[in-house]
Amino acid sequence: MPDLLIELFSEEIPARMQARAREDLQKRVTDGLVEAGLTYAAARAFSTPRRLVLALEGLSERSPTLLEERKGPRVDAPEKALEGFLRATGLTREQLGVRDDKKGQIYYAEIVKEGRPAAEIVGEVLEDVIRTFPWPKSMRWGAGSLRWVRPLHSILCLLSREDGAEVVPMVVDGIHAGDTTSGHRFMAPDAIRVTGFEDYAAKLKRAHVLIDPEERADHIWHDATNAAFAQGLEVVEDKGLLAEVAGLVEWPVVLMGAIGEDFLDLPPEVLQTSMKEHQKFFSVRDPKSGRIVKFVTVANRETADHGATILAGNQKVLSARLSDAKFFWENDLRVAKSGMALWLQKLDSVTFHNQLGTQAQRIERIVKLSRAIAPLVGADPDAAAEAAEVAKADLASEMVYEFPELQGIMGRYYARAAGLAPEIAEAAEMHYKPLGPSDALPAHPVSIAVSLADKLDTLAGFWAIDEKPTGSKDPFALRRAALGIIRTVLGNDLRIGLERLINTQLLEHAIALNLDSAEEQEAYFVQHLVDDIAHHGVFGAAFRAVTDRLDGEMAKPFRIEEGTWLAHLRETLPGKSHDLLGFFHDRLKVYLRDEGLRHDVIDACLAMKGADDLTLLVKRARALSEVLATEDGGNLVQGFKRANNILIQAEEKDGVEYRFGADAKYAEDATETALFAALDAADAVIAPAMEAEDFAAAMSAMAALRGPIDAFFDAVQVNTDNPVVRRNRLNLLHRIRETCMQVADLTRVEG
Amino acid sequence: MQTYWAAKGCAVLQPYDMEVGAGTFHPATTLRALGSKPWAASYVQPSRRPTDGRYGENPNRLQHYYQFQVLIKPSPPNLQELYLGSLEAIGIDFAFHDIRFVEDDWESPTLGAWGLGWEVWCDGMEVSQFTYFQQVGGHDCKPVSGELTYGLERLAMYVLGIDHVMEMPFNDPDAPIPLSYGDIFRQTEQEYSRFNFDVAETEILFRHFEDAEAECEAILAHPQEDPKTGRRIIMAHPAYDQCIKASHLFNLLDARGVISVTERQAYIGRVRALAKKCADAFVETEAGGWQA
Repeated sequence: MPDLLIELFSEEIPARMQARAREDLQKRVTDGLVEAGLTYAAARAFSTPRRLVLALEGLSERSPTLLEERKGPRVDAPEKALEGFLRATGLTREQLGVRDDKKGQIYYAEIVKEGRPAAEIVGEVLEDVIRTFPWPKSMRWGAGSLRWVRPLHSILCLLSREDGAEVVPMVVDGIHAGDTTSGHRFMAPDAIRVTGFEDYAAKLKRAHVLIDPEERADHIWHDATNAAFAQGLEVVEDKGLLAEVAGLVEWPVVLMGAIGEDFLDLPPEVLQTSMKEHQKFFSVRDPKSGRIVKFVTVANRETADHGATILAGNQKVLSARLSDAKFFWENDLRVAKSGMALWLQKLDSVTFHNQLGTQAQRIERIVKLSRAIAPLVGADPDAAAEAAEVAKADLASEMVYEFPELQGIMGRYYARAAGLAPEIAEAAEMHYKPLGPSDALPAHPVSIAVSLADKLDTLAGFWAIDEKPTGSKDPFALRRAALGIIRTVLGNDLRIGLERLINTQLLEHAIALNLDSAEEQEAYFVQHLVDDIAHHGVFGAAFRAVTDRLDGEMAKPFRIEEGTWLAHLRETLPGKSHDLLGFFHDRLKVYLRDEGLRHDVIDACLAMKGADDLTLLVKRARALSEVLATEDGGNLVQGFKRANNILIQAEEKDGVEYRFGADAKYAEDATETALFAALDAADAVIAPAMEAEDFAAAMSAMAALRGPIDAFFDAVQVNTDNPVVRRNRLNLLHRIRETCMQVADLTRVEG
Repeated sequence: MQTYWAAKGCAVLQPYDMEVGAGTFHPATTLRALGSKPWAASYVQPSRRPTDGRYGENPNRLQHYYQFQVLIKPSPPNLQELYLGSLEAIGIDFAFHDIRFVEDDWESPTLGAWGLGWEVWCDGMEVSQFTYFQQVGGHDCKPVSGELTYGLERLAMYVLGIDHVMEMPFNDPDAPIPLSYGDIFRQTEQEYSRFNFDVAETEILFRHFEDAEAECEAILAHPQEDPKTGRRIIMAHPAYDQCIKASHLFNLLDARGVISVTERQAYIGRVRALAKKCADAFVETEAGGWQA
């Protein structure tokens, strides 16, 4: 069983593409070999900036010989059909067999597919893999037509056995496979002849190339942390940077250097971002002060002066970069200290989205909404409005222009420099949060108000212009915004009716989108509408109220003509609002599913009133879920559904509703009397529990009904001949329904 | 550098006599990268980037600086070795320095051009751009040109061990009249920084942009045959001059901060449209590979 070694040697492969390329090379080559009938025992792929490597162990020598049978024409078929079959199979008539078939006697051919030697198959598969390799970006070079990530220079392709190695004969665009490679570009550039994987890896190591990216990363991390530790410092961990740097070198040499005194006053985030983005340096922190004081760079070679020249050069570049950052920081501080007016003015001409206006208009909407949300989250409305006013000012700063990932972080520094209150500065950073599913939540009420307002405004805006996420496309990160709101509300135990806020903000956007073309009367109307939604909560009711009121106020009757944007608004806004709330509920279901809450449990709670109050909704769902996990709870649902079904059938049959008047005095059976008593007892517990939103207590009182309900059904026939007793029992079933439907709609619970 | 590349077979050209943002804009690169005719040229190109002005204070950022440019078509297989040879030729000793090829895909939205390659780092400093042109002016490059661009100030600072560009000697420091880079350029950096950021009259710039755009299109609208000489003369280069002008005017307007994000795309699109038309015209000329 030979081993296979492949090395594709090229000019420098971008670091970010190497991991995927290793996987693709391994998968495509092994898939191709297996499809052609070969097997192998183990496969490993490696990469350096200049090479992709695949090593297979225990490849089969040949693909197996296969016998394939093909049916031909009937024996009595026209001569032409037989000729065609012979041509297709490459056989003569004497070589065909004849056998009985359903349709009569037919010819058949036995075709032997000879097994092929591994070398032949490997050559074909590798050529195909090279020609169709899925690089994210590929290129041509010189006068050739082959595409590769960068010019491909040589191919090493060897089958090695105990008695020696065999070069797989293959050519791609003039490049012949061979058994040689080269070492480190500068430290050992000579050609190296190899006989197999172990020989290859060992010789390359001697030629200053570590082919395993993990080995390089481990080496870098080990040396960097040791160098830092020796000086009482620590390296700021950054896995992405580590993988990238390991992809930039064949022979990593870690060097640590100091950051110039002049720059130590820059915010640590600025130092870290600038060093990482521009120079791919690790930051080294003084754990006592928390400041970034040094950097680690990784060179690709050893030098006689132990890296002194390289380090000095890197330090010089860093100084230039940081003096740029300092230039931005100092310019920005000047603007910040003068109150940031310049930035706010600049945002007036920066487009947020071509339909949703400028950043300044967006800020104006967020300010208004923050003020409205503030009392709901325990924030001072003026503080929330002030925070929203400046929260996005840093978008116009020079530092954020240079490093967009510092938005918010710079905002916080600049707001402090502007002399604003700490909670206002905090909101500049925290209103963007949470950014990911495990990111921190805004905690201060002012940050919460601005954060919710920002995200709600974005969601309502894109809903207003019908730019909703579809499938995997969510260019404006709307799912993240909705999840951010959900996590912020639940994490801070906030009690907010989302529907009213959604309605208000959809309306604000509708106004912004139409105000230019609106007539005076229409503008007057929608201004009133915004105020009324705050009172009525529901859009439809507010719309009617304003219409009625204006009709009374105005000299002429107030009519909304069909075809106007107001008529359009009346028709479309409730649908959009419903849809957006549904979007929240969908995100909530996904979020709670991770917590182990079943979707039918959530649906049962969504059917209740106040489902736009997410905290309340989740409280219900948790209580229901807990009770369902108990034996009584599960059986209660059965009993409840039985009662409900009997009741529905009876109501349908009789054409009446059994709602009132269940009376214990008509009870015939002891279980019936006991059920009345149990319901009375349960109601006495449930009513105050519901009042206190103690859904767990309410649910467990309901679960206690399971015994009496089961006993009742075991002993009693509801549809008895006595009409008085029957009506009383149906009314009793209705009481069960009433009592059990207070926390959630149990008809929606599965099982 | 010139000696080295001349020895490697490149024609040594002179700078183009117009304001350009980079050596790539020189027609010896932009236009000559098009078509099938082999080409090998190198030249120095003064380059202007109004937004990079730092009033002469930043140690290596300037609104006016020099690039050295090499373009070889088709790109030779040993282009990386040739390139490294040029660094050695100007005194960079690889035994002590760390040279790295770091991914940097080059794209010029204004030229409708892109290529794949690297920025080359010497001890963490970007000393060159190395690009295999894939498309220029919307045309696929066949064959592919290899383009090398060196930042001359940075390289010189490196070789001379100077920390601030303004402190670099520009002639022999022992000469009777020693001149530093700062003696020559500090004042102009200040003047242009102020002019570019705050003073350039935007109305005039907008108007000149429109004029250049109109003139470029008008030049190309002329029939191929010259009525006076009766010859087929396509005026790709004069038209391309107007495209260069429009591009520089846009850069100035950008530095003045009067172009919004959405407008920006529109202006870039307008310059690109001109570049494409010039490229279309050039491939119809003999230098562009056209044959009667």
